[in-house]
Amino acid sequence: MINLILRNIARFVVLILIQVIILDNIQLSHYAIPFMYVLFLLLLPFETPGWLVLILGFILGFTVDLFEHTYGIHTAATVFLAFLRPLILKVVAPRDGYGSNTYPRIYYFGLTWFLKYTFILVFFHHLFLFYFEAFSFHHFFSTFLRVLLSTLFSVTLIVLSQYFMYRK
Amino acid sequence: MRTLLRFLYRYHFFLVFLTLEIIAVTIGFRYNKFQQAAFVKFTENISGYFNEKISAFTDYFSLVETNRKLAFENAALKNQLQRVYRSDELFFFSEEDTLYRQKYFFTSARVVNNSIHNMYNFLTLDKGREQGMRPEMGVISTEGVVGITVGVSQNFTSVMSLLNKNFHLSARLKKNNYFGSLSWDGVDYLHAQLTEIPHHVDIHPGDTVITSGYSAIFPEGIPIGVVEKAELRDASFYTASIRLFTDFKHLVYVDVIGNLKKEEQRNLENRFHD
Repeated sequence: MINLILRNIARFVVLILIQVIILDNIQLSHYAIPFMYVLFLLLLPFETPGWLVLILGFILGFTVDLFEHTYGIHTAATVFLAFLRPLILKVVAPRDGYGSNTYPRIYYFGLTWFLKYTFILVFFHHLFLFYFEAFSFHHFFSTFLRVLLSTLFSVTLIVLSQYFMYRK
Repeated sequence: MRTLLRFLYRYHFFLVFLTLEIIAVTIGFRYNKFQQAAFVKFTENISGYFNEKISAFTDYFSLVETNRKLAFENAALKNQLQRVYRSDELFFFSEEDTLYRQKYFFTSARVVNNSIHNMYNFLTLDKGREQGMRPEMGVISTEGVVGITVGVSQNFTSVMSLLNKNFHLSARLKKNNYFGSLSWDGVDYLHAQLTEIPHHVDIHPGDTVITSGYSAIFPEGIPIGVVEKAELRDASFYTASIRLFTDFKHLVYVDVIGNLKKEEQRNLENRFHD
C-alpha cells in the first residue's frame, strides 16, 4: 500500500517534470501541443475512490498551471477528466470486468482497450482545455483542429511511454 | 438532517466535482486577463441587448420632451441662419429679389387648439405678445404654409388657418413664377384653390406652388402644395386645385415668421401707391 502511494507520487513528479521541462519546450506547431501529464490520472488504480481522483486531478492541474502561468485552465480540464474517468471506465469495460489485482495497463487489457480508454479521456480533456483557453466559439474549427491534432500527439506519447516503462 | 447527509453521501462524487470545477474556473477567470475580458464582453453583450430593448421602449415616454427641444433648436438654428444672411442684405437688398426671403426670423410655437372642419378655421398657439408675437405674422410648418396670426393676447396667439374662407395668399408656380391668388373653398382640408392664373400659362398636375413673397408676411419660396388638376374657367383664367403639403390634422409644432421690415415696406407702398 505504502509502496503503491510512493510509486504514484514518484509518477506524479516525473510526469510533471517531463511536461514542464521537455514537452512544453517542444514547439512543433500551434496545432499540436502534447499534454502527457494526464497519464497520471489514467494510471491510478481502479479502486481509487472518485473523490480522491477528483482532488488529485485538481492538484495535478494546479501544479501544471503554476508552471505554465495559466492559472485555473489546466485545473478545470483535469478535474473534468477525473469526473469522466469512472464513466469512461464503465463504457470501455471488458466483458468480464476489471479483475482484482489488475491496473489500467496495456499489459492487463491489451492495446486496443488502452487506446480506447486513453483516447476518449485525453480527447475530452483537450476539448475542455483548448475551448476554455480560447473562451469563444469564434474560431470553432481551428480550435477543434488543435484539439484533434494535440490529442493524437498526446495519445501517441502516452502509448509509447507504456512500452518504455512496463516492458515484460 | 439525515436525508441531507444521505443526499450528500449519494452525490458526493458529483458535488466534489462541481466544487473543484467552480474553484478552477473561478481561478481561471480571476488570473487570466483574456478569459476575464472575454467573459465581461460576453455578459456585456447580453446586458447590452436588454438595455437596448428597454431603452427602445422607454424612449417613447420622452418623445414629447425631445420633440419640444428639437423644435426649439430648429428655431434657434433658423434664426442663426437668418442672422448670417441678413448681414448680406445691406448689400443686396435693393437689387436681388431672391434675397427678400432673408428678411425674416423664425420662432417655434406649439399648436394648442386647431380646427379643420369649419368654414372659418382657426388655430391657437402657446405664445403671445410676451414672447414677441404680433398680428399678421406668417405661420408655417416644416411642410408648408399654415396661416396668419390675427389676434394676440399676453400668452396666446390666434391664427387664421389657411383653411379659412377669408384667407387669401399670393402664391406662384415654382417653375415659371406666374402668380395667382390662393384661397380655400371650404370643402376639403387637403385641398385649396389657386385662381387668377392666366390662360396662356403652362400649368400641369404635379407643378409645385410656393409663396410669392409679395405680401411681406411670408418669405418667398415657402412650399404650399402641388397642382392636382387645372381647369380653364371663363376662358381667360385657370382655377387649379392644389393638394396642400401641410397636414392640418397632425399639426403640433409650427414656426412663426416675423418680418422686421414689414412696416417699412407698407409705409413705402402706401406713400406712393395711393
